[in-house]
Amino acid sequence: MSVNKIVSPRSDTRGLVAVGAAAILWWVGYTVLQPVTEFIAYSALGLTRGSPLGDAVAFFLYDVPKILLLLGAMIFLITIVRTFFSAERTRQLLGGKRVGIGNVLAAMLGIVTPFCSCSAVPLFIGFVESGIPLGVTFSFLIAAPVINEVAIVLLFGLFGWQVAALYVASGLTIAIIAGLIIGRLGLERWVEDFVWKMQFTAAQDESATLTWEERTTRGKDAVRDIVRNVWLYVVLGIAVGAVIHGYVPTDALAELMGKSAWWSVPAAVLIGIPLYSNAAGMIPIVSALMEKGASLGTALAFMMAVVGLSLPETIILRRVLKPQLIAVFVCVVATAIIITGYLFNLVM
Amino acid sequence: MITIKVLGSGCANCHKVEELAKQAAAQLAIDAKVELVTDMKEIARYGVMNTPGIVINEKVVSTGHVPALSQMTTFITNALAG
Repeated sequence: MSVNKIVSPRSDTRGLVAVGAAAILWWVGYTVLQPVTEFIAYSALGLTRGSPLGDAVAFFLYDVPKILLLLGAMIFLITIVRTFFSAERTRQLLGGKRVGIGNVLAAMLGIVTPFCSCSAVPLFIGFVESGIPLGVTFSFLIAAPVINEVAIVLLFGLFGWQVAALYVASGLTIAIIAGLIIGRLGLERWVEDFVWKMQFTAAQDESATLTWEERTTRGKDAVRDIVRNVWLYVVLGIAVGAVIHGYVPTDALAELMGKSAWWSVPAAVLIGIPLYSNAAGMIPIVSALMEKGASLGTALAFMMAVVGLSLPETIILRRVLKPQLIAVFVCVVATAIIITGYLFNLVM
Repeated sequence: MITIKVLGSGCANCHKVEELAKQAAAQLAIDAKVELVTDMKEIARYGVMNTPGIVINEKVVSTGHVPALSQMTTFITNALAG
């Protein structure tokens, strides 16, 4: 690549200072958030601590900036991590790995490789063409959209780190197991023929040559773009969460979370498959579902079915996969999600 | 005249890149043919796995993100310099 880069040490230092200053401001803001918002809710607005309205408002005032701060930090950091990875690099890392290890690695790389679902087809072709097993490729394609940093932050902010961790763990598990099963079934014949006949030489990879200034700029741009897209869902999701927090007594919630008809998990997944939403948009729905009495497993299974399996995605994949393989893909992932949903209901 | 191909499946980012390419060319007062390539076989032929991809005069200059306008103009001037 003949791009001329002028790397000035001074601009790198300046960039570092800017990031450092932003980090300090972030930390200060985050620490004073709770006392400040409690002051606003209980003193300035004169609401009663312990009352449903008072608690709901305090929760809302605290959580909206808190989650936006966490979101900003998370997006910034993960975008920078992603500048060190690329589809080309992942392709090299996965090449030659045995099935099993390959699936695990592919699922984990699905989190850190920059990936937009419109790239699914060229990426599929690139991976498969370089000899990466079909199942391993699928592990990547399942993990990437499902394990979404916005969802993780929102789940962490609204339900705690255990739920967020569970979400990531289950996304990985589903990606690995579904990929293993699809690989085992030996369905190469259901990939469109032209894919096997193509020559594919990967374009050069810039992930190693970016300067720190470029990486942090991308981080900043990603924060601006993503927050601009999802802030409304965040506010909605927190508003619902605030209502639960203020108005639903803790014991009632615990009771509700335990109750769930056995068919609610598969029903949620079946309803979720034809629906499509981005991960952020799902969070208000998950909150509302849980308020209505759905257990955590059912709500998360619904979310994963909506985000992980979508009609637009299957239509796009039809360009490289024959209908039979698409059907197998959907069924295997759906089953994995259902099993995970049951597991959560049992465990939580 | 240079050819700028934007490789992508037609999502919003790809259109953004297409617009940026036209803007950059206009800013540099360069005669450029900008086209959006959505055919997957074509995209794979260039070795691009992460769309949007930007190809100038048959050379891939960027994959996987929407560049800033200043970056786009840099791509074009570099391509002209050869």
